[in-house]
Amino acid sequence: MTNETLSQYANLGVYSAMAVLTIAMIAFAIDLAGTAPKVSSARPRKAAGVAMMLTRLGGLLLVAAAAMRGLSVHRPPLGNMFEFALVGCMFVIVVFVAISLRRDIRWLGLFVIGPVLLTLGLAITVFYTDASELLPSLKSVWLVIHVTVATFSVALFTIAFSVTILHLVQTWLESQDRQDSVGMSRLRTTVNTALPPARSLDRTAYGIHVVAFPLWTFTLIAGAIWAEQAWGHYWNWDPKEVWTFVIWVVYAAYLHARATTGWTPRAANYLALAGYGCILVNYMVVNVFFVGQHSYSGM
Amino acid sequence: MDTRPDESDVTQPTLGPVGMMRWAWRQLTSMRTALFLLLLLAIGAVPGSIWPQRNIDAGRVADYLASHRSTGPWLDRLGFFDVYSSSWFAAIYLLLFVSLVGCVVPRSKIHWRAMRAQPPRAPRRLERLPEHGEIEVDGAPEDVLRVALGVLRAKRVLGRHSGPRRWRIRSTDQPEPDGDSDGRSSDGPWLSAECGYLRETGNLVFHAALIVVIVAVAVGHLFGWRGDRILVTGKSFSNTISAYDTFDPGPWVDTEGLSPFTVAVDKLDVTFEEQAGGAQRGAPRDFTAYTRTQTSPKAPQVNQILKVNGPLKFGGASVFLLGNGYAPVITVRDAKGQVLLREATPFLPQDANYKSVGAVKVSAASPKQLGFFGFFLPSEYLDKDAGPSSFFPDLKNPALALGVYEGELYPQGRPQSVYTLSTEKMTQLKNAKGEPLRLLLKPSQTAQLPDGRGSITFDSVQRWAGLSIRYDPGKVLALGGAVAALLGLIASLMIRRRRLFVRVRPVGRRTVVSIGGLAKGEDPGLGATIEDLLSAIAERTGTKV
Repeated sequence: MTNETLSQYANLGVYSAMAVLTIAMIAFAIDLAGTAPKVSSARPRKAAGVAMMLTRLGGLLLVAAAAMRGLSVHRPPLGNMFEFALVGCMFVIVVFVAISLRRDIRWLGLFVIGPVLLTLGLAITVFYTDASELLPSLKSVWLVIHVTVATFSVALFTIAFSVTILHLVQTWLESQDRQDSVGMSRLRTTVNTALPPARSLDRTAYGIHVVAFPLWTFTLIAGAIWAEQAWGHYWNWDPKEVWTFVIWVVYAAYLHARATTGWTPRAANYLALAGYGCILVNYMVVNVFFVGQHSYSGM
Repeated sequence: MDTRPDESDVTQPTLGPVGMMRWAWRQLTSMRTALFLLLLLAIGAVPGSIWPQRNIDAGRVADYLASHRSTGPWLDRLGFFDVYSSSWFAAIYLLLFVSLVGCVVPRSKIHWRAMRAQPPRAPRRLERLPEHGEIEVDGAPEDVLRVALGVLRAKRVLGRHSGPRRWRIRSTDQPEPDGDSDGRSSDGPWLSAECGYLRETGNLVFHAALIVVIVAVAVGHLFGWRGDRILVTGKSFSNTISAYDTFDPGPWVDTEGLSPFTVAVDKLDVTFEEQAGGAQRGAPRDFTAYTRTQTSPKAPQVNQILKVNGPLKFGGASVFLLGNGYAPVITVRDAKGQVLLREATPFLPQDANYKSVGAVKVSAASPKQLGFFGFFLPSEYLDKDAGPSSFFPDLKNPALALGVYEGELYPQGRPQSVYTLSTEKMTQLKNAKGEPLRLLLKPSQTAQLPDGRGSITFDSVQRWAGLSIRYDPGKVLALGGAVAALLGLIASLMIRRRRLFVRVRPVGRRTVVSIGGLAKGEDPGLGATIEDLLSAIAERTGTKV
């Protein structure tokens, strides 16, 4: 039995979250644009304050939307691509808000809400699936354990991806800075001063990856345990398993590259970007186009 | 421009065969090679998700080969349809395995020694270390060093940035175990402390556990087996090779010694989505098989429920419910009304609406043997292009659509699939107009075959359960290895290996404390830990900062 009204409210929640987050994103952009050339610490950052408030509200709306979606079908909202996207976005915003309570990461807001809005937009239009019951093979406690952790670690990888991109941009700007500081355009100066120094960005990205990687390892193990229960074998080289493994190996290579002399952090960061590329393939290509036992896109 | 020095007149030392082996071993076990192999493993795994694989769906491989006549055979030769058992994929992971062993063994030795060794002596110039802090406090140098020692021994003081941890301490204040005390006289009192040995332990556990996982996979491959059986409701089967439709044992399996359990399926409940529209309509919702089982022929019968996520267990072997379908009960009679065959015949589903194919082979018919081949449709409708089709997976309008053949069913006694007819020695029956004869039967309908060949009756429909029975003695070991790897990984990523060095020197009647810090890998909290230590020393010596 599915409750249609409740799932309509869930969609309404997604739309309102998108509206609120759009305004938050604009406010974050205004804040960043106003950073340079003034000294940033002295300036009261009104726009950023508004943006943070709205982000929290958007996060609450997403939590509500996910909860209503789950209640409408009497199960965790983790059964198809629309629901993965919704819960994933919710985790990204919740993690961002949680970190912001301890550290000043207002510079990151724009680059976290951007991808979230893009994903939500895709989710509600392209990936949208009517609220319905699950396939028999999905009815298991491992759905909650395996998919929740998978979605959560993808959320962390997403934030880490944004920070890594910013690190590459900032590294490039800093090298420009050293070459000719006069020739730097206003935009470059703005970005350069708005973001933390490259070294600190790199450290942040590494720190998030270090948390996300064991979670992904757990996802892989939990998935294998579930596969053993549902399909009879813990590892069968199903396309989804292959890509989960590929992602794991690429991020493992990233961590090794960080510890290998002769690999600069920048070169290692390219591996992290490749890893995120694999996550996107795993979510958008494997679910929809590859034939396998994980064909749960609901499309 | 090439700025490298001219190497032509440099005499290189020659490597003998042993030297060459050593060189190759070093290359293979280097981090650089391991990294390269890791990336190669990732790339090598991808083709298996793009092209169909024989171990998963041999039928799709055959389809692919049939529709790609030029590229298909080449891909096949290169192993693209058996990626995970191909020689090149094996080469990558075996090299990685060797590289892993070659990395873990020497590092374990080094770590074993490091765990039992004293921290190194404090360097003279602490300000050259990556992190460094200095403060002037009241008190004599020896007393201040003792205070620093006390702070490091009290776990809680440095809690905020380093977590409660135990430091291994070596100091000029304590007698050296080996009697080495020259440090005191030459460059003043010092102290060195080290913590986070578990980081390297975790790292080694992680890598060693991966080796365990690989071994467990190999054990499962060698000693494990898998059998599949389609079981019509009301029937039972016992765990012997002959009872299986397909049986796939590992090379070292004792096929005579399988545990003698039996499983009977009394009833199979199947539910499909009727409410939601779109692609969700007709999606499976619940499969439940009601079974009676015995662990051996003499053991008591037990009623057990078998579900998709709830296998039956018999010792090490597990019975999984992986598929289901329909088995129409068909009766074939000869012209006199004598029953030649009465059987529930399983048909195999071809699409999401369970349009199923199957064959009925009547070898008792005479003078020529009869064969029926066609579709079972749980919810029959006539599609303009595809012919008889099904619009829903459940039984809303069951029908059989069959063609009839006569001739020789088993030419030369070759083995063949029970779901298809081999028609090379058979001819299709025609109707009065000379078109191929097509029968469309609803339950309890009977059709007469032309020219006194008898009749066929579609009595009723039963369901069948697709059972897969697996035995994998390596799986517990694999799980143990995987969990150990995860714990080791967490330890190696979260624990910080740090060294702190403290030196004190007198300045008038006060003392300058200088602290240097060194960490393995990224450690943003190291500077803050030094700050904490300095302020704790200041506080305990009663210095106002």
